[in-house]
Amino acid sequence: MGEFKGSKNYVASEELLRAANIAMVLQKPLLIKGEPGTGKTMLAEAISQALGKRLIIWNIKSTTKAQDGLYVYDVVQRLYDSQFGGQGVDDIEKYVKLGKLGEAFTDEEQVILLIDEIDKADLEFPNDLLWELDRMEFHIPETGRTVKANHRPVVIITSNAEKELPDAFLRRCVFHYIEFPDKELMADIVRVHYPDINDKLLTQVLEAFYKIRNLPQIKKKPSTSEIIDWIQALQHGGADVSRIVKEVPYLGVLLKKNEDIDMLRRNWR
Amino acid sequence: MFEDFLYLLRRNGLKVSLTEWMALVQALNENLHEASFTGFYHLCRCLLVKSEADFDSFDRAFLDYFRDVSFQQEVSQDLLDWLDRPNAPMGAYDEQQAELNETLSTLEIEQLFQDRRKEQREQHNCGNYWVGTHGMSIFGNMGMSPVGIRAGGESTSRRAFRVAGERRFRDFRQDNTLDTRQLQAALRRLRQFSGLVDLPPTEFDVDRTIQDTANNAGRLKVCYKKPRQNTVKVILLMDSGGSMEHYAQLCSALFQAVTKAGHFKDLKLYYFHNCPYTRLYTDPTLNPNKAVPVSWLLSNLSAEYKLIFVGDAQMSPHEIFDPFPVPREGEPSSGLNCLHLLRERYRHTIWLNPSDRPEWGGEWTESYDAIDRLFPMFPLTVEGLEQGMRKLLAR
Repeated sequence: MGEFKGSKNYVASEELLRAANIAMVLQKPLLIKGEPGTGKTMLAEAISQALGKRLIIWNIKSTTKAQDGLYVYDVVQRLYDSQFGGQGVDDIEKYVKLGKLGEAFTDEEQVILLIDEIDKADLEFPNDLLWELDRMEFHIPETGRTVKANHRPVVIITSNAEKELPDAFLRRCVFHYIEFPDKELMADIVRVHYPDINDKLLTQVLEAFYKIRNLPQIKKKPSTSEIIDWIQALQHGGADVSRIVKEVPYLGVLLKKNEDIDMLRRNWR
Repeated sequence: MFEDFLYLLRRNGLKVSLTEWMALVQALNENLHEASFTGFYHLCRCLLVKSEADFDSFDRAFLDYFRDVSFQQEVSQDLLDWLDRPNAPMGAYDEQQAELNETLSTLEIEQLFQDRRKEQREQHNCGNYWVGTHGMSIFGNMGMSPVGIRAGGESTSRRAFRVAGERRFRDFRQDNTLDTRQLQAALRRLRQFSGLVDLPPTEFDVDRTIQDTANNAGRLKVCYKKPRQNTVKVILLMDSGGSMEHYAQLCSALFQAVTKAGHFKDLKLYYFHNCPYTRLYTDPTLNPNKAVPVSWLLSNLSAEYKLIFVGDAQMSPHEIFDPFPVPREGEPSSGLNCLHLLRERYRHTIWLNPSDRPEWGGEWTESYDAIDRLFPMFPLTVEGLEQGMRKLLAR
């Protein structure tokens, strides 16, 4: 299996690369936690690009059930078809639609499966997937078929820690916590997005950005996506580079809460 | 292979199971640590620790266990400055000294280094005794001795210690006080679904009706289920003003978390100052025009409410123990009596305290202890709140 070394669109810390490779070699799901905006979801895309494998994303919502990821048996459609004399009502297989997990299992090649924001779902959700993720197979009682993974997919799971995940589930995962990038790593990340950014602008932007982040009173700290947007705003607006730290133009791009903006305007020096 | 480490981690409160330990052994066999110590540290961490809140405990245990693996004593800044001369010329090579050095064991070298560190007062280079550079000494860097200890300069073997030693995850420890989001997560524990309570199935179950009807070849089969709602009702009583100003931010976070939680069947919120007496206030400024008598609360809010006090439980003794001068019929006769009445009425009660037991001023401890005896008291931290929630749910 190939080794993940980061990609040209994704700058990863050494620890993250290591964790990703450990998970791939040990064939365990990689559980990624971290502040919003630290690139948890992007990681799966980067891995899929770097390894040249297809990415299947299963977005979890509060209403998602584990069963949805395996398969859905469309009984209502079958009932309709039977009443209106449709073709092939006897063939239950026709009404069984595989979910994202089923899709990942049945793919001809190995795929990357991203289970995004697993903590959004019900508390029991992760437990319901234990067997399937462990054995990489599930059974469809309606048709008597067992869906078994052709190739064990690389499973990446992200969580925002809104709910705690059950121990039994955690025990099976490789865990990595993405720290908020430090200045150097952030400079690399910005350069990936703006390859020809002016060095002076970058230094000023980073200085202002980390100064804001380190203010204890800030309720919602700006994250990576905000700094990227901010730089774009600064470049388009043609702000005076030397005054960025002093005046923080286009503040609304960085801070999304009124209280934060007011607070900053009062306390900024 | 360092099974002791497993037990050390478990003693430090990390719930490492055999599954995870076996995964680590397998990973080591596959050389996933890339034969480096830092790699080993990361490998252990991502396989054995499953929450950033535990990173700090892990770091401490790791430091503790692997302290003696390679040299990791503190080196003074003076020494490092003396050693910082990468481009200096080499001293003379001494074959005899090299042979002599080779006979020393690692332990002896480390002992010698400790001694030397205490004696050395100035820079010594190119020699064979002191800690210095470019010499035959067993200590220092850029030297020519075949064995020895490296001090200063770039070293990679010690990086794991450096990383663990930084303890960057200190802030994530669970006994830290908390922000709104963490509070909300803890409050979610406080739910008791009526599904668990024995109720008749009264709610129309759409999904199962469809499923069963289809299975029944299209003949309608209606299904009902038990309603699934949170049945928890909460009364929150918050101490306001005085010594509580100090914890204003924390209390405001808790207040926001509780009011936003929105999953309680009912939430009643009242304020008091130091200790509830005959009245509770509906706003934090303790406006007497917006007060309700405690007796009203006792007779109107049923015993199934769960009662949460938030306060530092510190006041002068007369504020809690002294009887009221003119007690009225059917009303509490003192602060303590009022607390007793509430305690008796609401079986599920906890007291959340943002401060510790005061170590000074005997009389402040008096009120603290009296309240501590009366209510199960928990610190207002993630862990404390979770324990408190568990206590509230216990039947």
